[in-house]
Order: sequence, then structure tokens, then C-alpha cells
Amino acid sequence: MSAVSTVQLEKTSTVEAPVTETETRDEAELDVPWQVVVHNDPVNLMTYVTMVFQRVFGYPREKAERHMLEVHQKGRSILWCGVRERAEFYVQQLHGYLLLATLEKIV
Amino acid sequence: MEISRKGEALQISDLDPFLAELFRQIPASTNSEGAPEAESRLFSRPSAEKEICAEWKSYVEPELRRLFRSSTETVAEDLAQLNGNEKSLRNRTLTIPFEHADAWLNTLNQARLVIAEKYKFSDEELNDHDRSPLGSRRDLSLFQVNFYGFLQEFILREMQCS
Repeated sequence: MSAVSTVQLEKTSTVEAPVTETETRDEAELDVPWQVVVHNDPVNLMTYVTMVFQRVFGYPREKAERHMLEVHQKGRSILWCGVRERAEFYVQQLHGYLLLATLEKIV
Repeated sequence: MEISRKGEALQISDLDPFLAELFRQIPASTNSEGAPEAESRLFSRPSAEKEICAEWKSYVEPELRRLFRSSTETVAEDLAQLNGNEKSLRNRTLTIPFEHADAWLNTLNQARLVIAEKYKFSDEELNDHDRSPLGSRRDLSLFQVNFYGFLQEFILREMQCS
């Protein structure tokens, strides 16, 4: 084989352009705020729930107790509102403490 | 039974065989196998949106399972102090290092939730702290839920004091 034939081979070979998949979300969807909701549970202790709110959200004791009482009396309380990723993070933390928590899109 | 704080640990002393057995049952009580309702309670849905739930099951649930298993293993190791025959359990003391407090809170919570789901206790039953455990298996399980709740309260109180 000679150098010439190598050049010919290089000339004829083609490289396919990589396929790039793009996922688009419109601006309105990205801006939609989410809320973290904690639901009532007759098993979890009130003192335990208060401690979890203090730890996860950094709330002072009084604010954590207000939310705990709202959960207890009204069945649910909105603990936080904001971007989806952060809301998911908070819900994961709350599930780690075995609280009934969900994230909801605010419409 | 006496509970007190000794330095960087919680001490539970004068454990009679009955309460010692309830302690020993904590790790096994977290087992939700064969009880789909209990399993659903430990790994509850994070959202009404299917896409989020599917992602959650793949990425978050395994993490939660690891966390719960790790807590239970820590508690089981502490409870090894209670191994022995019934007679030797008299005046036995269980020492829980304070750094294990979170694992204990988590494991006790798992146990309470699983038992409560298995027996479908009503709110009234869960608030009845004076019921005798010496009736049926159901009464004993309700006593277990309340006893584990009492332990959680004590651990929480000591955590707030520190």
C-alpha cells in the first residue's frame, strides 16, 4: 500500500454529524412556581414535625410550630414556594424524615 | 424503666423483659414486605404528576431506601447490647450514643408508620395512650406504636436541650 492510496481512502470516508436532541420548554413553563405541601399524618408526632420543619427549611421554632399546627388542624400546609428543582429537593428531604409531602404546580 | 442522659449518650436502665423485647422488635417492625399499604406510606408519592413520580421511583426512592436501611442497621447494632436470655435482661442498661439519635428517630418512625398501616389504627386509637397491651395482638401493636412514640419524644427533648 502506498501513501497515495491512504489519501484516497481519507478523501472518500465520511463522518456523520452527531445528532443533537434538544428539549425545549417555553418561558412560561420555566417561570411556573411550585409549592411544597405537607399533609396531615396521625402517626407523626407534633414535636417531631416541628423539628423537621426547623431542620429542612431553617425556620425558627415559632414559624415551624405554626406550620405544624396548620397541618394538624387543616390537613395541609404550604411550606415553601419557588423553582421546581428546589421544591423537589425539599420534598426529598421531607420524605427522608417520613413526612407526607408533595410538590404542586401553582396554577 | 428509667431514661436519663449521661454525658453524650442516652441511658435506658432497669429494662424488664417485656420492654426489652419491644426494643428488640424495633428493627423487624420496620419491615414493610408483604404490606403494600405500609410500603406506600414509607415511599409516598411526591406529586400528582406522573412524570415526576416516575423519575422519583428511579432516582430518589433508592436513596431513601438506603437511608432507611442505614438507620435501621445503626439501631440494630445498638440493640445488640440487649442480646441474652430473659433472666440476664433484668436491670439491663441500653446506651444510645447521642450521635445515633437521628438514626433512632428515623427507625422508630419507620416502625410506627409500618405498624399503624398494617393494623389500620384510627385517630382515636392512636390517641388512646392508656389502653392495656394485654388484650389482643392489635392492642399490643398499638402499645408498641405509643411506646416507640414515647421514646421519640424523649430523644427529641434531649436533642433540644443539647
